[in-house]
Amino acid sequence: MSTPFLRTEALTKHFGPVRALTDISIDVHAGQVLALVGENGAGKSTLMRLLEGVFAPTRGRIYIDGQEMRFSQPKEAHAAGIRVIHQEPEIVPDLTVAENIFAGALPRRGRYFLDWSTLLTETTRLLKTFGMASELHPRQLCSGLGPAQRQMIEIMRAVQAGGRMIAFDEPTSSLTEEETRRLFKIIRRLKADGVGIIYISHRLPEIIALADRVVVLRDGTLVDDLPAEGVTEQQITRMMVGRPLSEMFPHRDPATGDVVLKVQGMTTEHVHDVSFELRRGEVLGIGGLIGAGRSELAKGIFGFHRRTSGTVLIDGIELPSGSTAGAIAAGIGFAPEDRKDEALLLLQTILENAVLCVPQKVSNGGFFSRSKALNLISGISSQMRLKAASLDAPITSLSGGNQQKVVLTRWLACDLKVLILDEPTRGIDVGAKSEIYDLIRKLTDEQGLGVIVISSEMPELLGLSDRVLVMSDGRVRAHFDRSEATEEAVMQAAIPHGQSFDGALKHEGAGA
Amino acid sequence: MTAQTATPEKAGFSMHRTIERIGIHNLSLLVALVGLLVIFGTLRGDVFFSTRNLLNIGMGVAILGVLAISQTGVIVSGGLDISVGSIVGLTTVATAMTIQSTEAAGMGILAGVIIGALAGLMNGILVTYGRINAVIVTLGTMAIFRGIAFILSDGQSISIFNDSFRWIGTGRIIGLPVPLWILVAVAIGFYIFMHKSIVGRNYYAIGGNPIVARLSGLNIPRYRVAIYVVSGVMAGVGGILLAARTGSGQPISGSDGLELEAITAAFLGGCAMQGGRGTVIGALLGVAIIGVLNNGMILTAVPTFYQMLAKGTLLILAVFLAEYRLNKS
Repeated sequence: MSTPFLRTEALTKHFGPVRALTDISIDVHAGQVLALVGENGAGKSTLMRLLEGVFAPTRGRIYIDGQEMRFSQPKEAHAAGIRVIHQEPEIVPDLTVAENIFAGALPRRGRYFLDWSTLLTETTRLLKTFGMASELHPRQLCSGLGPAQRQMIEIMRAVQAGGRMIAFDEPTSSLTEEETRRLFKIIRRLKADGVGIIYISHRLPEIIALADRVVVLRDGTLVDDLPAEGVTEQQITRMMVGRPLSEMFPHRDPATGDVVLKVQGMTTEHVHDVSFELRRGEVLGIGGLIGAGRSELAKGIFGFHRRTSGTVLIDGIELPSGSTAGAIAAGIGFAPEDRKDEALLLLQTILENAVLCVPQKVSNGGFFSRSKALNLISGISSQMRLKAASLDAPITSLSGGNQQKVVLTRWLACDLKVLILDEPTRGIDVGAKSEIYDLIRKLTDEQGLGVIVISSEMPELLGLSDRVLVMSDGRVRAHFDRSEATEEAVMQAAIPHGQSFDGALKHEGAGA
Repeated sequence: MTAQTATPEKAGFSMHRTIERIGIHNLSLLVALVGLLVIFGTLRGDVFFSTRNLLNIGMGVAILGVLAISQTGVIVSGGLDISVGSIVGLTTVATAMTIQSTEAAGMGILAGVIIGALAGLMNGILVTYGRINAVIVTLGTMAIFRGIAFILSDGQSISIFNDSFRWIGTGRIIGLPVPLWILVAVAIGFYIFMHKSIVGRNYYAIGGNPIVARLSGLNIPRYRVAIYVVSGVMAGVGGILLAARTGSGQPISGSDGLELEAITAAFLGGCAMQGGRGTVIGALLGVAIIGVLNNGMILTAVPTFYQMLAKGTLLILAVFLAEYRLNKS
């Protein structure tokens, strides 16, 4: 076959101890669609950033037309014909459609003046070729445009700037079905014009419909690179996950303990009329799209947000509203989604972070006792297999997985009845992930904790949970037992009302 | 999976930590202090190292030290209190007036402490519950407290003739001035509070990241108000010391850049603008540097106007260094 437009050779990117990407070798040919799939954190975005010159690779090479290139900034990658259409289109809202399409390459008259007439003719021509002339006017401001139109502007910008390879990062996540069809048409045209395409998506049907080749990434490594013809969704899923789900989530009998947490009609500024029960030893999963109010539900229970009505009962005793101290005293722990901004004191040590919620256990008469703290924490952290040189090391010296273990250590040091985990494995490598799953099992089965897991990762949500609640628009929309909780059922319930299944799926990325 | 890469790296890191625990920052402050001593010692060694001059420096830094230490507490919590100079002025007046009417030293001290606490409470409530920026609140109250001091005293200096009260400012214990002993007591008390007590350590959490602190069950508003009250009380102590030393309550006292020096010392001592960092020892070293610098500039006959230039520059330099350190780490 001919020289590929783009070739990567053993492309590798490590961030300190974190191996984001290792030895990735792929070819992108002109006029071909290469689909890139993998779970969150598999390394797709890192690969895009390397290709676009945002990061420099730790090692490995990038070739364009057989010639080795080193990009130190996006400008250089753009000049070589590489363009990435990001999930959030980079559009200046206060400029016109024409100016946005030609951003960085505006036609000039003389040295300092914009050549409006050339700009308008060129834009009109582009809009016509893309079939957008009826929808967009060159002089229209971009602030009023929807996500699909913004995306089109980015595509036109890439084409007018001479893009020879265009990468689409989850391009359909905020499009309606109709808009998706139009995007596909345009991608097929670009392909026919000899543009190389990288297409990143979670939506396997789209990939099967569009792609010529499928490249699967898992944990930063390339698992497979195969022709798209004849590939099934099941095959791709298996490659992405790497092992059958049943191995990571062994079957267990649903818990039958007493009710430990009872939420009745809880309403806060962010969630409305939420009611459910959690039993001892049970894992309750909370699903829904980003922005559905899942984290806000957790913060309402935990007292971070004030309740305007409804009650939260632990073992039948009502919790005060708006008091995190009250929630902790009653035996609730909460590990928030955003570790850096909401869970960790980045200036402090592992030990200081771990003892934050148990002052009474690590003090004598109001004064901090180092020996008590070490006694308490070293036991828990070794149980958690925390990898740290010393508990006095700064928290920032740890990897994401180990930082999360410190957050969990903090809560295990308390005498908990209920633990709420918001996206507990976000940004964590697979090894630490399965350790955290094991830990959740131990907490429920051996210590009888009730655990609430909020997760956007479907396999995790369905694999861990005994029951699943699904939220949208700040309300609980559905409630499934383990046997009824399928990916389709959860997605169907997660969609905001008044929208079609396909249309609403796409909101998932819009709120991110 | 990271074990093999992490081990050697962390071993190096822990050695770095050991040096850090000895106090690489405090060490650099000591070096700066020694440097200043060498400079002024060379220029005016005859006078500079005389017992009398050293005691002078000690007297000079006692009030500043008390303020710098409490300021460190406020900055660690994520706030700032620029009204302390005015609180000092107000408490000198309140103390002097109380002693004048009751003729009891104890009542004067009590009045100073109470007025300081009330002033701090006002700051704390405005910052915490009024949700107004701390710089703006204390800039406003700086003028308010100064105004109240002038109104109460009718702009006049009020003399204090009570000898037992004046002993606080002028007396000696084992050869050292009483104010210096008070500074030592305050420093020890604050050191234990900030670094050893659970409540004090919580201030580092609150200043470091208020959301994390709240999600860990801390009642942030209560903590914030309390640290401003402490700051007010300490400014009250400063006012009492000043009134005792000068034998008068003057509405303008403490207006000669006392808050500037206290804040400079706190930042020199390792505070970070956004909170969560700072130590009592560091603040004391910062105070010593400022005390030596002030005294040395007078001895070497640097004109007052240029001394002001130097002080302002030092504050900006201190904050610059603090931010630089933070960004580097």
